[in-house]
Parts: sequence; structure tokens; C-alpha cells
Amino acid sequence: MTDPVLDTSPKVSDEVRKTTCYMCACRCGINVHMKDGKVAYIEGNRDHPVNKGVLCAKGSSGIMQVNAPSRLRAPLKRTGPRGSGEFEEISWDEALELARSWLDPIRKSSPEKLAFFTGRDQSQSFTSFWAQNFGTPNYAAHGGFCSVNMATAGIYTMGGAFWEFGQPDWDHTKLFMIFGVAEDHDSNPIKMGLGKLKARGGKVIGVNPIRSGYNAIADEWVGITPGTDGLFISALIHVLLKAGRIDLSYLSQFTNAPCLLNATSGSPEEGLLLRDGDGKPLVVDRANGTLQPFDKQGVNPDLAASVDMDGVTHKTVFQHLADRFLSNEYSPEAVSERCGVSAGRIKAIAGELARVAFEEAFELDQPWTDFRGNKHEKMLGRPVSFHAMRGISAHSNGFQTCRTLHILQILLGTVEVPGGFRFKPPYPKPVEAHPTPHCHSKPDCPLDGPHLGFVRGPDDLALKEDGTPARIDKAFTWENPLSAHGLMHMVISNAHAGDPYKIDTLFFYMANMAWNSSMNTRGVMDMLTDKDENGDYVIPRIIYSDAYSSEMVAYADLILPDATYLERHDCISLLDRPICEADAAADAIRWPVIEPDRDVRGFQSVLIDLGARLKLPGFVDENGEALYADYADYMVNHQRRPGIGPLAGFRGNGTETGRGGVNPNQLERYIENGSFFVEHVPAEASYYKPWNTAYQDWAVKLGFYDKPQPYLFQLYAEPLRRMQLAAEGHGDRQPPDHLRQQIIDHLDPIPAWYAPLEEASVDTDSYPIHALTQRPMAMYHSWGSQNAWLRQIHGHNPLYVPTKLWKEHGFKDGDWAKVTSVHGEITVPVAHMAGLNENTVWTWNAIGKRKGAWALDEDAPEATRGFLLNHLIHELLPPKGDGLRWSNSDPVTGQAAWFDLRVRIEKAAPVEESLPVFGALKSPVGKGPAIVRQKVTS
Amino acid sequence: MTLLPETTEKKLGLVIDLDTCVGCHACVTACKGWNTENYGAPLSDTDAYGGDPVGTFLNRIHSYEVEPKGGGCSQTVHFPKSCLHCEDAPCVTVCPTGASYKRTEDGIVLVNEDACIGCGLCAWACPYGAREMDPTAGVMKKCTLCVDRIYNDNLPEEDRVPACVRTCPAGARHFGDFADPDSNVSKLVAERGGIDLMPEQGTKPVNKYLPPRPKDQLQDMDVLTPLLEPVAEEPKGFLAWLDKRLEAL
Amino acid sequence: MHPAPSVIIFTVLSGLGFGLLTFLGLGMPKVTGWEAFFYFAIAYALAVGGLVSSTFHLGNPQRALKAFTQWRSSWLSREAWLSTFALIVLAVFGAAAVFVGVTIAPLGLLGTLLSLATVLATAMIYAQLKTVPRWNHWLTPLHMLTVSLAGGAIIAQQTTAAIVLLLAAGGVQILHWVLGDRRFGERGHTIETATGLGDRGKARLFEPPHTGSNYLLKEMAHVVGRKHAQKLRIISFVAMILIPLIIVALLPVNPFTAALATLFYLVGAFASRWLFFAEAEHVVRLYYGASGSEPPYQPSFSS
Ligand SMILES: Nc1nc2c(c(=O)[nH]1)N[C@H]1C(S)=C(S)[C@@H](COP(=O)(O)OP(=O)(O)OC[C@H]3O[C@@H](n4cnc5c(=O)[nH]c(N)nc54)[C@H](O)[C@@H]3O)O[C@H]1N2
Ligand SMILES: Nc1nc2c(c(=O)[nH]1)N[C@H]1C(S)=C(S)[C@@H](COP(=O)(O)OP(=O)(O)OC[C@H]3O[C@@H](n4cnc5c(=O)[nH]c(N)nc54)[C@H](O)[C@@H]3O)O[C@H]1N2
Ligand code: SF4
Ligand code: SF4
Ligand code: SF4
Ligand code: SF4
Ligand code: SF4
Ligand SMILES: [Mo]
Repeated sequence: MTDPVLDTSPKVSDEVRKTTCYMCACRCGINVHMKDGKVAYIEGNRDHPVNKGVLCAKGSSGIMQVNAPSRLRAPLKRTGPRGSGEFEEISWDEALELARSWLDPIRKSSPEKLAFFTGRDQSQSFTSFWAQNFGTPNYAAHGGFCSVNMATAGIYTMGGAFWEFGQPDWDHTKLFMIFGVAEDHDSNPIKMGLGKLKARGGKVIGVNPIRSGYNAIADEWVGITPGTDGLFISALIHVLLKAGRIDLSYLSQFTNAPCLLNATSGSPEEGLLLRDGDGKPLVVDRANGTLQPFDKQGVNPDLAASVDMDGVTHKTVFQHLADRFLSNEYSPEAVSERCGVSAGRIKAIAGELARVAFEEAFELDQPWTDFRGNKHEKMLGRPVSFHAMRGISAHSNGFQTCRTLHILQILLGTVEVPGGFRFKPPYPKPVEAHPTPHCHSKPDCPLDGPHLGFVRGPDDLALKEDGTPARIDKAFTWENPLSAHGLMHMVISNAHAGDPYKIDTLFFYMANMAWNSSMNTRGVMDMLTDKDENGDYVIPRIIYSDAYSSEMVAYADLILPDATYLERHDCISLLDRPICEADAAADAIRWPVIEPDRDVRGFQSVLIDLGARLKLPGFVDENGEALYADYADYMVNHQRRPGIGPLAGFRGNGTETGRGGVNPNQLERYIENGSFFVEHVPAEASYYKPWNTAYQDWAVKLGFYDKPQPYLFQLYAEPLRRMQLAAEGHGDRQPPDHLRQQIIDHLDPIPAWYAPLEEASVDTDSYPIHALTQRPMAMYHSWGSQNAWLRQIHGHNPLYVPTKLWKEHGFKDGDWAKVTSVHGEITVPVAHMAGLNENTVWTWNAIGKRKGAWALDEDAPEATRGFLLNHLIHELLPPKGDGLRWSNSDPVTGQAAWFDLRVRIEKAAPVEESLPVFGALKSPVGKGPAIVRQKVTS
Repeated sequence: MTLLPETTEKKLGLVIDLDTCVGCHACVTACKGWNTENYGAPLSDTDAYGGDPVGTFLNRIHSYEVEPKGGGCSQTVHFPKSCLHCEDAPCVTVCPTGASYKRTEDGIVLVNEDACIGCGLCAWACPYGAREMDPTAGVMKKCTLCVDRIYNDNLPEEDRVPACVRTCPAGARHFGDFADPDSNVSKLVAERGGIDLMPEQGTKPVNKYLPPRPKDQLQDMDVLTPLLEPVAEEPKGFLAWLDKRLEAL
Repeated sequence: MHPAPSVIIFTVLSGLGFGLLTFLGLGMPKVTGWEAFFYFAIAYALAVGGLVSSTFHLGNPQRALKAFTQWRSSWLSREAWLSTFALIVLAVFGAAAVFVGVTIAPLGLLGTLLSLATVLATAMIYAQLKTVPRWNHWLTPLHMLTVSLAGGAIIAQQTTAAIVLLLAAGGVQILHWVLGDRRFGERGHTIETATGLGDRGKARLFEPPHTGSNYLLKEMAHVVGRKHAQKLRIISFVAMILIPLIIVALLPVNPFTAALATLFYLVGAFASRWLFFAEAEHVVRLYYGASGSEPPYQPSFSS
């Protein structure tokens, strides 16, 4: 008997086109297999630095994204009322002329009346360049509601954060501790790293109220109470300090622990670092007891020093830090109950960190030289690494929690060492290497500098002469002075309230603000449609660019439809959010591997066209002629500084890297190379980057900065102290009185835990339960639901309830619950989960959809059973009776406090559909087909 | 053909590591992507954008929670499941048409779609839910072990592995020959105590599962006490300790 | 298992048809001419009708002939052959009886055996499935055989045989229900053996692989309410066994009473067969969270 004859070598495709995935912001390399000119199959690119061949569920379903029936087809002009979804298709000329006619008068009179905010955008160096040349101070991307706590705490503490700035040393680490991560941007690299670690028999400790995903495979799961990680980490520090299990040599050489703090009580310098005449922080050299600048060649800084001057004893940062964390307030016993983790377990985890960091320390045979000129024969490794994301970031105490975590890893001496946490170029970069925010706008003029940056003190705040906020989102104000990414979640609310001022045009790109990206979703829809006494919209004009028929589309007056990721040029640039790995600098492009079959255009090219029509500097030459034909042209020919352009690879004659002249063939070279470019970090530069001369020189060569700038890790964050000093009454720039105490309490230069603000402002007996969301690995925010394959995996989202509450309320499968917060109420299906903090409920993020959106049928489960938690979350804290609008954000950075939410739940009578129900939007693209049989050839 | 071969030259199959699978569903859609375009009829999706979308998939991820026997907190296990290419495959012997067969050379269990009448009996016979009838083609679909990849001369050597294995970001899926005791998969199974699913069904699955490693072992500090011996009882003492230690550096 | 109408109709009608043919082959009743035509027409209508109905269950019925190829291993294939043989042999036998007026006894006996074998083969399709413990039992063939033969005896107006067979079918049916209810548990298939997680502790489905439905759930994770099932069992027993028994035993034997009894029998048999499928638990339901009396994951809340 013979088996049927099979062709086991069928032709896979006619051609492979290599580009970059954009089903999410991880930006993996993909091989797009083409048959008959169509996309037949997508797989990972094995050569790519990010994903090395693997792809996630979304990436592997790209074909369903590119063929989605929800794709917008042509520019749209609103015909019905806002929010109805009624549009007419117009030509690009008409659309661009309309946009120009709205924007030109604004620019000529008061450019701040344009607010341009971008969502999941990856071209921020370009969009900000456009906004800067337009002259509005009101520009930011979505970072403020996303993870700015993580980013800023990292940069202010050690010159880079987890997230896109760094990663564990997956090849050497043995103990990996992960806080508050469901998926993260580094989706594939984290999974690959976990796989490597597991294959080596390494251990993972997951700290998360919810045991799913990464926490499911964690060897140890710490089901912490939301918002208390700062306490938990402080207790770990307490135990480690008490046992002397810290890396003193590392602390004295590479951190500001040995720097001296001015202890002169009441002075405007109190709590600032003692500095020399050149402004360099001073340390005591242990060799001879003299005060020396920290970076002097050969100096051996003393952690235990104190210096008497003018009758005042100035002590080191380290002693202040030890005093703080050795306090009984942070003993395991003191925090245990609030964290929901037993004291014994906290100690056991501290012990395990100590054991692996110190007993399993190892050396790499790699000599290197530090910035003080000391030569080291080996690189000492400590195989303990950490990673964290929004679980600790998206709380109103998140900045300090993130800082506490960095302090823990620095005390263990495990940042930028083998086995520890490593930065990805162009990081590390100290605060000093970043710009400060700029906000001075003048009619018909570019802004005075980049919008966003890192404030060093009160002088850098974005305030007008009269002390009122210069920006519509009130970023860089006393309410949230270190808001390095702006506050996108406040833009609509503030614009509607005319606080701090009214604007004319909202211009959004790639942000579903009328649905899952907003807190208080219903409120936002109302604000977007609200009319004044004259019957005009309170927010007069809204322009939006989306590629798909999202909920937000219905709320815009003019839609500029984008091409999909396989149909356009994109630039993933070292100038903003590159794709580097710890071992390499890398950037990438996208290019049209297929041509759009609709009347759509890449948004960046549209902005270039609009910039030229508005005659913005940087977009037209001295004769007013357009400088760039399109975005591809810009990617090649634009130079930010001489020799430095959006793309670092194949510059000049094609062999220059980082710095070099324009290469007209640059894009072809990228495409030949798989659409990316990698430059490896030299071996002697691979660790100890902030202090390693070889790395510093390499970074200068690549153009990350213009001269070497070694720096110390900031256990003590001086910029925060400067804000506190102002709040204490020093200096000319003074906060309003109602904010003084908040600044003193929350902007502590040595992290101190405080309860999340919502917890402090609502009655926790009435709202005893924490409510969270998690990203599903197989869905990207709202985009996933239009994907015929992915929506079968997550078509609706139950509210997961822990065993204790499940029993208490007598829930059964199929039941519904009413969930109430101080702000609103929803009725949703429930499901049971045992691996869940007993006071926490949660659901998958952004699965719920508005009826009529995304070309789905109106009875789609996303709309009938899916739901958003966002209805329960407000962008403002409950009124305090002072008439002020207190934003529901971290008081340091303005990070939206999504995860502070407190609720109560009760069993509800079954309902037909999740509540609230909103009317159906009219789909501007019709509905999808009933049957999909994806195959290009048979 | 419906008779099972006495033995097969190779026993190709997968090892799935339950200690490493994060439940990302990457293997699910990578499988769908490859197999809808390649072997046999496309894997269709009905009511694709409607109220009751149902599509054909050859590989799916279940998630379980396990309450440990001796108490302690619940564990979550992500559990991928596709055809196990059983040695005693009941799905093959029940097939009336010979469409289902187990290949003699490598043990892969396949459906010859040209011969399949879509009676569904093989799906009934499979204990693991590894077969799904395609609603539009009316033929039985199942994991092919990517037979059109693993020998495919048009693919680079390193890519001649199943689509799900190639894409798995966590490296939780391994492909190889279980007939060879020195293969990667045989070794993994030996080292990690690989297990069969529902052994009592007597199907002798080729695919093996590596059980999750023991969890939540760090419960109390006692064992570690020496590691955490306080260096000083009061803050003053801490400074003295610090001084002493710095001296030693 | 999903109680698909085509399969229920198929097994009930062809079972009845072959049950009747079994008797006709034995010459019970010994008929010729028009009378024989009448009996054979009914038998063939039932048997062939059932077989045709079974093809509605197929995804690709145009290839149905391929089902003849795997008689060495497949009960479905064997059923195809046996039914064909039975129908051919008895066609010759029947033609002789109708047109020539002779009954070729050895041929009839062969036809009878083939008919019995056909019913047995049909039953074995289900009984062989280890994946459905309720079916995977020697009672299943006995159940299908007794039900078929009882029905056949009723139409064939074989009073004694009908009484004996109805009593037997009733007994087997009850046993099949009672033992069947325990069967899944006795086999020891649990979510723990299904997942191999048993040595760790008690497992529970946390998330199904998808929020929607799939072929497996539609086909194999059917759930019937307990009360509903009890009611149907009673209806089926009364209609399929009790009433026909009373009719056959107490009323005069004639085509009219036979038809009446058959009608009741059919109602009961359909109910019984619906339950046969609907109550059968496939082990795959374990992967979808079924455990003990807990049903598997159901994609929609309306059930
Ligand atoms: N409850 C709750 N809400 C949250 C969060 C949470 O944790 N919990 N997280 C918040 C966070 S961190 C974030 S980042 C936001 C994310 O929220 P958003 O940034 O709004 O993300 P999406 O929902 O993906 O919407 C982005 C929009 O971009 C569109 N789009 C997709 N591809 C393209 C393209 O190629 N071109 C263009 N022009 N448009 C495209 C989509 O159609 C969609 O309308 O959600 C926030 N909302
Ligand atoms: N597949 C997929 N990938 C994505 C996205 C997506 O939508 N889908 N979105 C991208 C975006 S915009 C972002 S911002 C990132 C976000 O990536 P993540 O940081 O992974 O974001 P979330 O899914 O919001 O997960 C937050 C996690 O924190 C936990 N958590 C909440 N509160 C606390 C707490 O107080 N303490 C601790 N320890 N944990 C807590 C939650 O349980 C959850 O697991 O993901 C990016 N990657
Ligand atoms: S993680 Fe997935 S969706 Fe994101 S870029 Fe990579 S493959 Fe694409
Ligand atoms: S897993 Fe199921 S389909 Fe695959 S060989 Fe075994 S019995 Fe057959
Ligand atoms: S469905 Fe096809 S493969 Fe399965 S048993 Fe029937 S004929 Fe064979
Ligand atoms: S081996 Fe191939 S067909 Fe089987 S599950 Fe993996 S990808 Fe799918
Ligand atoms: S791709 Fe790998 S990690 Fe993801 S679900 Fe599949 S087996 Fe698990
Ligand atoms: Mo985000």
C-alpha cells in the first residue's frame, strides 16, 4: 500500500519583499511573500535584530490587516453631525486645501490654536519637526498617557529606562524579576529572552496582581496589591541594606551615592549637591579625605564621608538614602499587609536576589577603561536583571515606584553589567543630554525649540509670563513638572473647558480618542460633539488621520486616510524610537511592498505636502518651493544636523554610518539589507556604557552626542529637589499655593511611597476593589478587531473576578456584574480567575467596540459583550470643592493613572448587551464579507 | 492506507514546553497563515466580521488554572494543542475513504483532501480535538506537521521546520524525530520528563508535552537567613559597618 | 455530540429498514407477489432513504463512493459494503419473490445475515469510538440491533418476535442509559489526564482558545439539560417500547395496527436516537473545561 504522492516542495512565492511589521510598535522584521503581485504569506526575518525570525500572533496575521474591510478608502469630509459617521468622499486636493485653509490663518495669528497630537506614531522626530515649524507649542505624542513614568524615572535616575531603552542581558542573566508587564512594546524580544533564560534553567519572578502570560511562566508569582510596588521594593531594599547585601564598589564609582548633599537648613541650596566652581558634584576622595570633583582621574569616592563646613555637616547621598530605607516604615512586616505579600516571602525574595547577585557573580574576560582612567581587566557580572512596565508606571505614584525599582537594581550593582540590565543605544543618555521643553510661540514663526524635554528645575517649566500654562495639556507646569511626554489624555478635556485657553483646531494622528484611548470615553464623546450658545462646536475643528474605520473617525470633520503598513514609507529612526538592541544600534524603514488599491496616502507624505502648502520653514526652500516630494525623499535628504539624518545606515557613499552625507541610494540599500541597518557595539564597549570610554567614543562616532559625556546614576534626583525648593518658597518661579504641599510630598528626590491619588480621594470602603486592564498578546489595542483571524481569539472580554469575590457574590459562569466607580457604572459579563490578587478584578484592554465601527456587523460580540473599563476612569480626580480641575495623573510626570481605578462590584440581572450601549456609527466603508478564504493561489 | 503502518522510519513530531509557553497565540496564526495559503483548501472563516465568527484553525491555545495539591496559589498554564501524530491513530483507522493516513516514512498523519468525503468520523475518533472540518470546503483539516515546509527545497535549510515552530517567540515548540534517541526532541523529553496527553486512550501520541517546572518555592526566608544576617541593629551601626567595608574595598 | 438530524434519520430509518429486511430474508412473513412488493418497497425505502440521508451529513457527498475503499479497517466502509451487499442480495431475493413468486431461502438467509451485519456495522461506527465512552460499550451494538429488529418485527407483523425484541430492546435501552450515565466517569478521563497536569493539582479551564465557537464545540460539546433528557427518555421509552408492545400484544395483528405501532416506535426511536447523540460526551470536552457535571465552555450564554 502506498501513500498518496505529495509535492513536499511547493513553490513558496514568486518574490520575498522584506520590510518592517506594524501590527504593533515592536517593529519586527518581516519577509512578505508575494504571489501574483499579492501578499501571500508573512513570516519573520531571521536576520532582523529585533525578532530574529519569530513573529507574534498579530504579525503573523498581517495579511488580514492589509486586506481588512475597514480600511478607509479616500479622504472624507463630514456631512452629518459629529459622531454620526456620515461623510462624503473628497479628492486629496480638496482635502489638503481644506486643511490648509483652516491652518494657515491660525499660524499667521496664533499658532497655539492648533493642537497636534499623535498616538501610536513612530515618526515623532518628523511630526514634532512639523509642529515645531508650524509654531504651535501644543504638540506631543501619546507617551503621557502611556508610560511616561517609566521613561522619565529611568532617564532621571540612570539615563534610560526599561521599555524601549534597555533590556536584560538575556545571555547571562540567571534571575529575572518582572513587574507589571502583560506584553510590552518589546513583545518578541521579551518572549525570546524568557525562552533563552528558561532553556538555561534560569528563574523568573513575576510581580503582578494577575497571573497570566509572562507571570504564568514565572517560577515565583507575587500577586501584589495594585499601587503598592513601591512599598514592596522599598522593603526589599530595606532588607538588603540591613544585611549589607549591596554593591558598595559599584555605588561609589558609578552613582551619586558618594556625592555630598548641602545640609544648610533653610538655604536655597539645601538638599542640592555640593559642587565645585565648574558645577561638578563633589565627592570625598577616600585616599586622602579631600573634596574632589566626581570625575577626577583616579578619585576613589567615599560613600561614608561627611564634611563639616560653616558649622554644618554635609553627608553623602548614600547616608540619606540608607536613613530613608532602613527606617522601620519599610520593614517587610510594616508593608506586608498593604502589599498583600507575606513578610517571610519578601525576605525570601530579597535573599534570592542577594544570593544570585553576589554568590553567583562572574567575570567576563574583557578589559575596559572607565572615565576616571581606571583600567579594569575584567567585566564583573551580576546575573540579576529586572524589567517593568505599565503596571508600576500607570499609577499616580508610578514615577516614584519606577525610581525605587531603579534604585534597587543600582544598589545590587546590576545595571550595565554582564547578567544585569543593559541599555540599548542611543541610550544611556543623562538628563543633560536631552533638550529642555520649549513653548514660546509667535505668529508666523517656528517654535523656539523642541516641544518636549527634560526639565532641570523651575526655570524650564512651560509657563507663560503670567505663570499660566503655555501648553493646552498643561505639561511642564507645577501640576506635573516633569511631564516629558505631554499629557495627551488632557487635551480634549482642556480644550473643551478652555482651560488654560481655547483652541481652534485639534489635529490627531493614529489615536482612537473617541474610544479606548480616552479616559471617560462617554465624556470625551460629549466634549467632541458639544456646541456653544451659537450652535458651533466648542472644539471648532477636528482633523484626523487614521488608516481604518475606527470610532474616532466619526468625530472628525476631515479625515486624511493613511495607507497601511505594507503600502507606505516609514522611518524608524535613531532620532526618536529606534529598534536598537543592547549590542547594536539599529534603525529600519518600511516601504510600499504593495501599492494601495484605494485613494489613500501615507500620512507623513501628506504632512510634507501640507507643510509645503503652508510654506513652513523646513518644508519649503527660500523660493517657497517644496523641499521634499514625499516622505521617502525626506527620509533620505533631510539633515537634522550636518551629516545626521533620519537614517543612520548607508550614508554618504553608502559605507558611512551614523554621520555622513546624503546618499541618494540609501533606501535601495536598506531594502537590499532587509529594510534595516545594524551597527554592532564593539566588544570592549558592550557593558558599563555610561562610564566606559570605548562606548562613549563609539556613541560620539555614531552621532548620539557630540562629545563623550560620562555621568553618574542619580540615586538622588536633584531636579526634583529644585521643585521642592521652589515649593518651599525659594526662587522667583513659584508654584501656586494649592500645589506647594503636593510638590513637597510627591517630588521627593529620594523615592518615598505614597498611596495612589484616587485611593486617597475616594472612600475605599465604598470602592474596595482594584480594577485593571491587560493587553492581550494577540491584539493591538483597537486595531485587532478588524482582523478576521485575531477577532476569533479575543472577540469579547469578560471581567475576571478572583475566587474570594467570586464566592462572596455567588457568581456562576454566564453571570453579569454591575461595576461601579466614583465616576460611572458598567454592566458586564464575569468569569472566574484563581491566579488573581484577591482584591482585584481585570479585563483585556480595548476589545470592546462601538457598534458600526471597524466594518463589523452591529451584532459583533465586540459590541454586544465586549466592554471598556474606560467608562469608569476619569481624566480628573473627583472634585475637591476648590473649584479646580485636578487631573488623574502622576503629580510628577502627568502620567495618566489608568490603574488607580477603584470599584465595587455586584451581581446584576442578565442583560442583553454590556452596558452602556451607544448608538451605532454609520460605517463610512460598509461592512465586511461573510466568508473569508484567504488564499492567493490554489 | 487507512491501516496504520506497522512502524514508521521516522517519528516526526513536536515537543511543547508548558513551562515556557506564554500563551501568545503566535503559533496559531502563523499556522493559519501558512496552511491557508499552502496544503489543500484554504482555512476558511465564516461570518468573519459578524456576530458569530467561526474559522478553521489547526492549532489552538487553551489556558488552564491549576490549584496545587498541597495548597498554595493557583498556577496558570497555557496549553497549545494541535495534532499529536499518534502512532496508534484512531482517526486514521476509522476513515472510510483512505483520505486519512499515516505516512510510512515519517509518521505524519495527513488528510488527502481529494479523497475526503467530509464524514467527520475521524474528528470524532480523535480524543484531542485536533481535526476541524472546513465549513466551506467540506473536507477535514488538520495539522500537516507542515509537510510542505519540512522537506521544501525552495526554503532555506534552517526554515524547513513547521511554521508554528519557526515563529514561536518563546521557543516553546520543538520539532524533530522521536525515533532517533539522540535528536533534540528525544533528549528534551528524557531530560524534562515529557508526557503523553490522555495516555489511557491508547493512541500513543508522538508529540510530547514538557510539564511546568515546580513553582512558588520561595515562601519563607528561613533557609536563607545567613544571607540576610543584619550587619547592624541600628542606623549608627550601619555607618560603622559601611566604613569598615569600604576600608576593605 | 451534536444530534445532527441527518444522522439521526439515517440510523433510525436504515436501522428499521434493515431490521425489516432481516425478517423478510428469513421469510417472516413469507410473502410473494404484490404483498412481497409492498414489504420490500417499505424496507428499501427505509434502508435506502436512511443511507441517502446520511450523505447529507457529508461535506463532499459527490465522493461518497470512496467510502467503499477501506473495509479492512473502517466500520463506516464496512457498513457501506455490507449494506450494498445486503441490498443487492435481497433485491435478487425480493425480485424472485415479487416477480417469480419463489423464495430462495439460502439467498434470503444470506440477506438476513448481511442486514444484521449492516446494522451491526452501523452500531460499530459508534461503539468503536473510545473517545465517546457512552458509546464505547458492547451494549451499543446490542442496543442498535434490538431496536432495529424490534422495529422490523413490528412492520413484519411477527407478534412473538416483536414482543420478545421489544422487551429486549427496552431492557437494553434502560441498561444503556443507566450504564452510559456512569461510563465517562468510570473510564477515568479527566481534565487532568487530558492536560497531563494531574500531578500538579486540580485543573480548570481558565480561557478557551477563542471567545467564539469552533467546529469541535459545535460538533462535540453539545450539552443537554438533565431535566430535558429525563423527559425525553420517558417519552422515548413509552413511545418506542411500551405503546408498541401494548399494540402488538393486545390488538389484532393487521397492517393498520402494525402501522400504528410503527408510528409510535418511530417517534420513540427518534427521541432515543436524539438522546443517543446528545447525551454522548466526547472526551474533547475536557479540553474545553468540562469536568464532572460541569459542562464544557459554551461560546454563547443562551443555552
Ligand atoms: N482602560 C485602559 N485604556 C487604555 C490603556 C489601558 O491600559 N487601559 N492604555 C492606554 C495606552 S498606554 C495607550 S498607548 C492607548 C492606545 O490607544 P491608541 O493609541 O488610541 O491605540 P489604538 O486603539 O490602537 O488606536 C490607534 C488608532 O490608530 C489607527 N491606526 C492603525 N494603524 C494605522 C496606520 O497605519 N495609520 C494611521 N494613520 N492610523 C492607524 C487605528 O485605526 C486606531 O484608530 O490606550 C490607552 N487606553
Ligand atoms: N499585544 C499587544 N502588545 C502591546 C500593546 C497591545 O495593545 N497589544 N500595546 C503596546 C502599548 S501602547 C503599551 S503602553 C505596552 C504596555 O505593555 P504593558 O506594560 O505590558 O501594559 P499592560 O497590558 O497595560 O499591562 C500592565 C500590567 O501591569 C499589571 N499591573 C497593574 N497594576 C499593577 C501594579 O500596581 N503592580 C504591578 N506589579 N502590576 C500591575 C497588570 O496586571 C498588567 O499585567 O504594550 C505595548 N504592546
Ligand atoms: S511584536 Fe508582533 S505585531 Fe509587533 S511588530 Fe513584532 S511581529 Fe509585528
Ligand atoms: S491527535 Fe487526533 S488527529 Fe492527530 S493523529 Fe492523534 S488521533 Fe489522529
Ligand atoms: S472526514 Fe474525511 S478524512 Fe475524516 S474520516 Fe471522513 S473521509 Fe476520512
Ligand atoms: S506543524 Fe504546521 S500545521 Fe501543524 S500546528 Fe504547526 S504550523 Fe500548524
Ligand atoms: S507561539 Fe509559543 S509561546 Fe506562543 S502560544 Fe504558541 S507555543 Fe506558546
Ligand atoms: Mo501605550
